[in-house]
Amino acid sequence: MSIYSDFRSVQDEIYKCMKCGNCQEVCPLYKATRKEVTVARGKIGLLEMFVTGEAEMTAGMAERMSYCTTCMACNEKCPCGVQFDRILLAARAEGVRRHGLHPVKKTAFTALRLQRFFDFGMRTGSRLQGAIFSRVAGRDYGARMRVDMGLLGRKKVFPRLAAKPFRADRPTVYVPRPRMKAAFFTGCMINYFYSDIGEAVLGVLKRNNVEVSIPEEQGCCGVPASVNGDVESARALARRNLKAFEASGADALIVSCSSCGSAWKHSYERLLEEDAVYRPLAAKWAARAYDISEFLVRVIDYDRESLGRIERKVTYHDPCHLRRGQNIFLEPRAILRSIPGVELIELQKPDRCCGMAGSFCIVHPDLADKVLAEKMADVARTPAQTVATGCPACRLQLWSGLINTGLPQDAVHVVQLLNESYERAAESGATRA
Amino acid sequence: MLSKELYKELAELLGKENVLSEPEDLLNYAFDATAAMPKQTPDLLVTPRTTEQVAGVIKLARQHGVPIYPRGSGTNLCGATIPLERGIVLMTLEMNKIIEVDPENLTAWVEPGVIIQSLNDAAAEYGLMYPPDPGTVTTATMGGSVSMCSGGLRGLKYGVTKHYVIGMEVVLANGEVLKWGGKTVKNVTGYDLTALFTGGEGTLGIMTKLLVKLNPIPEARKTLLAVFDDLDKAGNTISAIIRGKIIPATMEIMDNTTIRTVKKFTNADLPEDAEAVILIEVDGYREAVEREAALAEEICGRSGAVAVIAAKTDEERDRLWLARRNALPALAQVKPTTVLEDATVPRSQITAMLRAIRAIAHKYDLPIGTFGHAGDGNLHPTILTDVRDKEEMERVHKAVDEIFAAAVKLGGTLSGEHGVGLGKARYLPLEFGPVGVEVLRWVKEAFDPHYLFNPGKVVLRG
Repeated sequence: MSIYSDFRSVQDEIYKCMKCGNCQEVCPLYKATRKEVTVARGKIGLLEMFVTGEAEMTAGMAERMSYCTTCMACNEKCPCGVQFDRILLAARAEGVRRHGLHPVKKTAFTALRLQRFFDFGMRTGSRLQGAIFSRVAGRDYGARMRVDMGLLGRKKVFPRLAAKPFRADRPTVYVPRPRMKAAFFTGCMINYFYSDIGEAVLGVLKRNNVEVSIPEEQGCCGVPASVNGDVESARALARRNLKAFEASGADALIVSCSSCGSAWKHSYERLLEEDAVYRPLAAKWAARAYDISEFLVRVIDYDRESLGRIERKVTYHDPCHLRRGQNIFLEPRAILRSIPGVELIELQKPDRCCGMAGSFCIVHPDLADKVLAEKMADVARTPAQTVATGCPACRLQLWSGLINTGLPQDAVHVVQLLNESYERAAESGATRA
Repeated sequence: MLSKELYKELAELLGKENVLSEPEDLLNYAFDATAAMPKQTPDLLVTPRTTEQVAGVIKLARQHGVPIYPRGSGTNLCGATIPLERGIVLMTLEMNKIIEVDPENLTAWVEPGVIIQSLNDAAAEYGLMYPPDPGTVTTATMGGSVSMCSGGLRGLKYGVTKHYVIGMEVVLANGEVLKWGGKTVKNVTGYDLTALFTGGEGTLGIMTKLLVKLNPIPEARKTLLAVFDDLDKAGNTISAIIRGKIIPATMEIMDNTTIRTVKKFTNADLPEDAEAVILIEVDGYREAVEREAALAEEICGRSGAVAVIAAKTDEERDRLWLARRNALPALAQVKPTTVLEDATVPRSQITAMLRAIRAIAHKYDLPIGTFGHAGDGNLHPTILTDVRDKEEMERVHKAVDEIFAAAVKLGGTLSGEHGVGLGKARYLPLEFGPVGVEVLRWVKEAFDPHYLFNPGKVVLRG
């Protein structure tokens, strides 16, 4: 019984909760609001009443389920081992079955399913962005919305849309006598906003003698749909991506976005639990999916001999879906420490959510800002010059926060620093002894 | 049901954003951390930010004849915050300022919504700490823990919350503001009203400021774990340590059911067939700690411990604490519902109480794991069950009745640190008879004649 198909699948999980409230200590939204509805215990209490028939799954209750960034900090803290993210995703799916999707979300997820249409929209957006966004003074990239369209708020700073999507006309990167053939799942953030992360992934893999293809038919990972309860869109996207990668013939699938990684490793199998054809494929690709840092450290033992010096103090923000979602937190740190000249300075709470959480920051912008403010205060206490992270979505949030807080640091993906280090070594012709 | 009028007046007083009225927001306050309790949804929830606002809420509630249920983080274990007669939940979480830490008088003024750990963090900057140490130290509020007079792991040496509250500001049922106590170490001017409100479970007034004592953070600590194959030997060891003039900060015991369960869920290295383990921690000046630890180790050996392990490093200390820290979490994973009691006996009766609990578990065929603060006689018999199983819950209730009776018979008390609340109100005559209950009612009615504050808890209407 899949959590996405039947709410009863999480009933036992709901009864596991003993209502101790320990989740209050770690929940970023509870810290910002101090209201039970934002913390796991409160939502589990509501859902328990729904299970027992003491309360209806009203539209209001379904709406309350949006108060969660799915950061999974409560899972880690829970003395009873409750996996709250499973309960929440099941509740959101149930909410959509009963009350439908918000019209804006419905349009957005439908667009994601029609990849060519979405692609066209984003390209058009790239040409029109000057009219919609105003540039942020003093920065060479980034812009805020000129008008609040009732969706994003005017505060959030967005990177400029790439003139051309990263994946467009992108040939396979061939290397002589490759040690491995990989296929790169870019995700939307990298495809439309952060080409620089995509270039860095390709650059790093090439230097490590890995052949990389970019399957053309790939689309959105489906996480925006599945976390919002739009199970059908999520399933359609999962099947589309599985088909695209099945055709690639690659040995490994590389992702550099924490949500996309979680989708491939965990969500697809759950979404397609009742699909006899695609479930085995989902299992097969889950086993072959690697976050870029995991792949570099654990699979190919990346080249540490040809790294150039970068004199920089760097701090690292753990993306929730990398640290708690995939248990990856040593690898990005190992990469940063391996770069000569980089000094890694830890935040007080590196694994606390940044508040981005995909569409969460669109639905609850004020709350997302409060969560982000904590992260910025943490960054401001360090002497770091750069904030590195392992996910383009966190990067966007951190970077927007740094600009709005007036902090001088830049936000980058770990793989960008690694690529920069390789490039510096290549430029100077000098390598580490 | 409440009148629309009251909602409007409260919204005017506090601002709309500080009054919750939608059912989906209120259902969350129908329960607290207590298992197997009736649920009741309040009519409204308010979050005042000042003493004046609290007084305003009380006046409005009185005018409309609606009860007020004070609440902090809702982590208590006796149903103390369940709004049994609906009305208004008054949540203190927005009154969360640490007003002052005074290192010269070793005191702190705090608002009731301050989380205990936040006070500890603020005090630590001066090398000080707030000693009461309930399991919920990182979530519970000061107002809640003072109202419930929380205990914790350090009770043996440091006492409990009531030993640290020396002053407060309280809004009374008539809306007047009472200020009591002060920073002096000695104070015998008038009855000790501070002591009365501490542990008053929110039934006498609403605390708006608290003055508490702080202690210096001890310089050093040392931890030992002693393993026993016999319950009597464990009990004798506890007595021998106290007789030996050692007062450990912590002296915890875990029974065989708890040991086996912890072993199943963690990689703690405990012998599965041990009848009991005792965890001892001494703290103070380095030299004193060394002597006390050596003496405690010697006494454990002499009293028949099968093994005594002393931590030499912080990592080793964490290893020893692993089992105790995981006692409740591990027990809680066995079954969906965890009924956690806190029957307490004089520490000389710990062994007898452990045996009584074991007999009750056997009689009602229930898994009961017992762990707790052996050094102060406060045990946590933990019944593992499932609220959905009606027949088993019947047996659970009977077992709880017998646990209470056993504690009282051994010269103990119904509740060492969780409080009476909703759960134990009907057992009170068992402990101090009809006279005691009547005196409680006098006190209640002197402060709150109309049962405005937290009705249905501690003292029931006569």
